[in-house]
Amino acid sequence: MIKLKVNGVSRQFDGEPDMPLLWYLRDELQLTGTKYGCGEGLCGACTVHLNGAAVRSCRTPMQSVAGKTVVTIEGLSAKADHPVQQAWRQANVPQCGYCQSGQIMQAAALLKQKPRPADADIDSAMKGNICRCGTYQRIREAIKMAANSKPAATKTATGKTTAEVKK
Amino acid sequence: MNRIELVTRRTFLGGMFSAGALVLGARLLPIEALASTDADKAAWNPSVYLGIETDGAVVIVAHRSEMGTGIRSVLPSVLADELDADWKRVKIEQAIGDAKYGSQNTDGSCSIRDFYDAMREAGASARLMLERAAAAQWGVSVAECKAQNHQVVHAGSGRKLGYGELAALAAKQEVPKKDELKFKPPAEYRYIGKDTPTVDRDDICAGRGTFGIDATMPGMVFASIARSPVFGGKLKSYDDQETRKVRGVQKTVELAAFKPPHGFQALGGVAVIADNTWAAMKGREKLKLDWETGENAGYDSAAYKQSLLETVRKPQKVVRNVGDVDAEFAKGGKTYEAEYYVPHLAHAPMEPPAAVAEFKDGRAVIHAATQNPQAVQETVAAALGIDKKNVECHVTLLGGGFGRKSKPDYVAEAALLSREVGKPVKVVWSREDDIRFDYYHAVAAMYMKAAVDEKGRPTAWLQRSAFPTIGSTFSGPSTLYGQGFEMGMGWTNVPFDIPNHRAENGPAKPHVRIGWLRSVANIYHAFAVHSFVDELAQLAKRDSVEYLLDVLGQPRKIDIGQRSPMAEKFPLETGRLRRVIELAAERSGWAKKKPAKGRALGIAAHWSFLSYVAAVVEVEVDASGKIRIPRVDIAADVGKVINPDRVKSQFEGASVFGASIALMGEITAVGGAIQQSNFHDYPVARINEAPVETRVHLIQSDAPPAGVGEPGTPPMPPAICNAVFAATGKRIRDLPLRKHKV
Repeated sequence: MIKLKVNGVSRQFDGEPDMPLLWYLRDELQLTGTKYGCGEGLCGACTVHLNGAAVRSCRTPMQSVAGKTVVTIEGLSAKADHPVQQAWRQANVPQCGYCQSGQIMQAAALLKQKPRPADADIDSAMKGNICRCGTYQRIREAIKMAANSKPAATKTATGKTTAEVKK
Repeated sequence: MNRIELVTRRTFLGGMFSAGALVLGARLLPIEALASTDADKAAWNPSVYLGIETDGAVVIVAHRSEMGTGIRSVLPSVLADELDADWKRVKIEQAIGDAKYGSQNTDGSCSIRDFYDAMREAGASARLMLERAAAAQWGVSVAECKAQNHQVVHAGSGRKLGYGELAALAAKQEVPKKDELKFKPPAEYRYIGKDTPTVDRDDICAGRGTFGIDATMPGMVFASIARSPVFGGKLKSYDDQETRKVRGVQKTVELAAFKPPHGFQALGGVAVIADNTWAAMKGREKLKLDWETGENAGYDSAAYKQSLLETVRKPQKVVRNVGDVDAEFAKGGKTYEAEYYVPHLAHAPMEPPAAVAEFKDGRAVIHAATQNPQAVQETVAAALGIDKKNVECHVTLLGGGFGRKSKPDYVAEAALLSREVGKPVKVVWSREDDIRFDYYHAVAAMYMKAAVDEKGRPTAWLQRSAFPTIGSTFSGPSTLYGQGFEMGMGWTNVPFDIPNHRAENGPAKPHVRIGWLRSVANIYHAFAVHSFVDELAQLAKRDSVEYLLDVLGQPRKIDIGQRSPMAEKFPLETGRLRRVIELAAERSGWAKKKPAKGRALGIAAHWSFLSYVAAVVEVEVDASGKIRIPRVDIAADVGKVINPDRVKSQFEGASVFGASIALMGEITAVGGAIQQSNFHDYPVARINEAPVETRVHLIQSDAPPAGVGEPGTPPMPPAICNAVFAATGKRIRDLPLRKHKV
């Protein structure tokens, strides 16, 4: 029996331990915002947060998530109002939209690590997320918007502001 | 030509509306139908519906598929504008597949072109009926009543009635004749010409959009299908002993091979039926399969490339002839020749083909990511041996289409499997399935030859192509020559002003399924034509833009040999092509940015899907040969623009799509089997490889709206290669660029 927390809810899984987290989320929990794109960690469509870090759920077997906390696009914010989601709407990023859950989760993780990313940081963090419609320039624009919309000092998990941590 | 009349509520999506709602059906005749023998039939098929509920909700049916263009929102916004409806109170209902809507095939960049007028007429008709209803209610003249933002206002008294309050009364009004309709002056447009966000945007950003892969039906099971590695191969035998040991696997089912020609039929193979997607995929990996690979096992794409090149080196079937090319070549002046090659390409939409189907009591109910729900009806009906009226196809959002999802073989698989297992079945193709069993963009070889005068201007131009045709998908592998629609995509309508001009096309035998990919035959035609014209410019030591404008000649209409309402309405005008070239050159700073080693601009301009597009691409090539595209300037004349932001987004996307083709796209085959399988060996442009910035410059135009989704793609590969030449002196005639050291 594998115990984990998904979007704040405690869950138990007693299926095949090698089942990727992606299919557990989609087929068992009906959290279909997380998408299948390649099954090999090559495209980023399945990106979720595992203990706060962006991971490819298609390459994350259930046995590796025991005791961990998973956040999917459905759990990123209470009202779909995470600064990244707001910026995505403001820049009209989505075309078909299929990859955008993964893009948003990846971007949210980037901004947590680097609240003011440079272009090179964006390339480096986002190059694992393919958008076949080619929305990349708006993704870049939206990440910068989200970065600028947030106060420079946001609260970290320990309750300190990022500015305090840097000191 | 569009006729509008009331329809009963019962016929409207099976009774969606409450009693008293105004329901209006607009009949529409797509322009192609004027030239077709089916015109009478089409005229009796209403294709767009509008309903106004008594609570004021305006319901507009989107009958085209949403795959990222915004069409599901933009077309209804045209109707809402003429109705003067409040967009916040508009509900969009996605149509099921039904011939009564006219064509639902969301393909060929024609949704706005074919349905813009019909949407306006439907909106204007309902608006007039609401005004007449209000006038009758108040006992005043209609002229004093004006519909404004979801209510009708009486000018004299300031009295107001909402659309919902008027719905029941308006429904009793006579439907206005077309000549009674008054269209809004553009100054009063609320949505046309504005950047209205799509209705799906917020759901997508919240992870709530429902795609084909997300669709469910109660009690459904999951299938993963093993197919012959070689196209047309037959199953000899299989062993599923290990498969059935996988937890969650229920059974395996053999699917019969298709009967040629393959069309949209299921390929056939062995399906693993399971409790979830993972178990189905895992079980499938454990199948032991023995295939009779058949006649395509000899397909080797490297050898095939040589055979296509040999074909184009010899005279072939003439498809366009002006003057006498041979006589001009025989004069012994300066000539120049070159060969070009574009490999097979795969669509690779981010959502692989996916559908769920239930076959029960002689009826199939489908939920699918499809560009063409009526093709689903026909394909599934043929597969199951039922009438297409008994196929109900619900259309989800599509996670990309690019032409792949107008070919519903994957939906037929789900329907056939449901019949076998007696439950709803969801079929999800793996990425490997998607890359290995696609309807591939045709591999193509082109040979070009020109004679030039003392200024380097062509006096004779010969172009010869060979590629396996899309026609083979529908009429079988003995169909060897390019079809008319393929020739019309940038081959027989090259708009250059050259006195002697001949286009030829040679035979090519297909060995895989050939299908249309975003912009179709324009991809290889534009690559050859616009690379070659740039080569001639370089040879003449002339500026590429100046040379291109010279070869295009004075503004004129090109006779493309077609006599149809479409050709009349959308002539190919070189003046409009010149204008986008000039605009792209101006906005990119062409005149100021002279080529330097390792950094230069390239241009290409192409007319396709009735739109005029020029792309100026800036490339940087470092010492290691790595190519970076810091900027693209695309100038486009697409006629009237309905939603500028969504039009721009399509060109931004086409810039990236075209860069993928130029830089990295290549499908190859050995022993008949496709060698690529996923994004590691079939790469598509990522954020660090795509053009960093694409600036889109739209020509203000009142011309009828033309295509948007596809025409941005064709100029990109030649513009990129022209820029690479200007930056490095290396001419790439053989895509993709990543095969070459530049």
